[in-house]
Amino acid sequence: MATREIISTGNELAAIAAVDAGCKFFGGYPLTPSSEVMHVISDLLPKVGGVAIQMEDEIGGICAVIGAGMVGQRALTATSGPGMSLKAEQLGLAQMAEVPLVVVNVMRGGPSTGLPTRVSQGDILQSKNPSHGDYKSITFCAGSLAECYTEVVRAFNVADRFMQPVIVLLDETIGHMHGKADIPTVEDVQAGIVPRKTFDGPAEEYFPYECEHDEPAVLNPMYQGYRYHFTGLHHDKFGYPTEEIETCRKLIQRLEDKVALHEDEVESYEEFEMEDADVMIVAYGSVSLAAKESIRHLRAEGIKAGLFRPITIWPSPAAKIKEHTDKIKKVLVVELNIGQYHGEVQRAAARLDIEGLFKVNGRPISPYEIVNKVKEL
Amino acid sequence: MAFNYDKYLRLQKMPTLWCWGCGDGVILKAFVRAIEKMDISQDDVCVVSGIGCSGRFSSYVDFNTVHTTHGRTIAYATGIKLADPSKMVVCVAGDGDALAIGGNHTIHGCRRNIDMTMIVINNFIYGLTNSQTSPTTPKGMWTVSQKAGNIDPTFDTCDLAIASGASFVARESMLDPKKLEKVMIKSMQHKGFSMMEVLSNCHINLGRKNKMVSAMENLEWIDSITTPKRKYDAMTEEEQLNILPTGILKQDTEADEYCDMYAEIQKVHQGERKKITQDDFAKKI
Repeated sequence: MATREIISTGNELAAIAAVDAGCKFFGGYPLTPSSEVMHVISDLLPKVGGVAIQMEDEIGGICAVIGAGMVGQRALTATSGPGMSLKAEQLGLAQMAEVPLVVVNVMRGGPSTGLPTRVSQGDILQSKNPSHGDYKSITFCAGSLAECYTEVVRAFNVADRFMQPVIVLLDETIGHMHGKADIPTVEDVQAGIVPRKTFDGPAEEYFPYECEHDEPAVLNPMYQGYRYHFTGLHHDKFGYPTEEIETCRKLIQRLEDKVALHEDEVESYEEFEMEDADVMIVAYGSVSLAAKESIRHLRAEGIKAGLFRPITIWPSPAAKIKEHTDKIKKVLVVELNIGQYHGEVQRAAARLDIEGLFKVNGRPISPYEIVNKVKEL
Repeated sequence: MAFNYDKYLRLQKMPTLWCWGCGDGVILKAFVRAIEKMDISQDDVCVVSGIGCSGRFSSYVDFNTVHTTHGRTIAYATGIKLADPSKMVVCVAGDGDALAIGGNHTIHGCRRNIDMTMIVINNFIYGLTNSQTSPTTPKGMWTVSQKAGNIDPTFDTCDLAIASGASFVARESMLDPKKLEKVMIKSMQHKGFSMMEVLSNCHINLGRKNKMVSAMENLEWIDSITTPKRKYDAMTEEEQLNILPTGILKQDTEADEYCDMYAEIQKVHQGERKKITQDDFAKKI
């Protein structure tokens, strides 16, 4: 695949990626450290006939994005932890009504106002279940500048495939990092766009929410003669509210199964120096850059360390993690929180002796801290 | 010939869950007649509602319909409108929905003057959830959350909309459905943000402990607190106290509409015009 070289920041690359992937709508609210996504996309979208609107609050931002998604557009919002907390209820509606959209969350220190300008990976568990109720979140985590672009592009295609929100996690370090990235050409990105499925039969035979037990709803764009109903209530095949017992059960089970039974379609991870590894480091986002550096130092000292980096955070690549942890005794999870993904690795590995290196003071983890921790194992 | 509503209703959803004698049905019928008279295709209309009794409005009418979360109708509708400004967007919300939890979106929808109609069905109470105080519940009335009597000052929906910059503001009650239908047509034909407050009864949950146990008693009370704007304007300040004027309270056809303005932004970015300056606004762009 042809690539192009671009010098930019993670936040800017996320905005460019959205527009290249066919996004036509952005709704949001200024929130450090994600605001640059809005700054950039508010210049780019009007150029291509799209709309970027700064709404009155975080909730308004996601509502407008879901509205544009209901009309049939690819739509984006960008935020950080406090904004994710505010958007949570609306993300639930998008899960329930099956409206595709992409949320870029540039993680900062939390909880609450926390450390607005400093790095964190504290939103890992929040991104798994931002809203109340049962559904299956899809969350990607960019581990390089290039991935700020490629993961946002992938998110739009996956959102349309599964008809639900897809969250792309950046962290403050990646979002504000400035450097060179090799990214796919616009032509390649556009050629890879897979739009959402539509129904083109007669309107009286159209039931948007009548689908196989593991497939998403087929929601035609608005205003094209297929009038139907969106709701956050439990609903029947027309989209109309219902409390019918079996219909309610099937609906929620389908929201789970449409992703759970197709995890292979979204699974993504990187293995670095894993082939002969005696020590497995699990890291994602900006921390994985420090982890790679530490592995070079460790290997120079004769310690065979490798990195397993989940790119699709949720659903987690649990089977692949277990495959490694069954063979490798020393496993270290390094993250900028107090073990949010550590718990998931323990679960996947079915082991309670997974080590952790955590930091929650808003500062990045240095390669030397990882080197020292590995030597202690 | 009697008006045939069937074309505009989702008959499989009938009967509605609204209580016997509820004003919401009268408002729904006026809305349907207004759409018929405007001769607009059902495919070209999107009806967006929130949570509460009024929230069910959208599921009963055969348009492109969206039942959103509590208070967020205008925010969803803003995305829907901007995604295709050529189509008509109508929001339906209750007093609690539009003025309490959704107050911020109401203010900013009015301020942006984005072309949509917001029908606020004001029954002065949270009806669906059994009589909690709403921002329009009159002082001294009994509610389940203020059984000693409501002490919260009341909000005036139309004053709020006017102060926030809505370019069309009207208030009617469901007592005169023909007049309601006429004003509704004007509100939907208006280009810009239209606030259309419709006073309605809730004898079940407002009336039961406030001496209005029948629909008629509740409607008589609404009649007693409303007067046409022309008469209202001739009243003394003392007489105006606790009286709500009805009719079209504001109509500004010159105000800049948001989608039109955004089209100018697109022209700037596409190199078709220079950036918008303060002088441009003085000259009406």
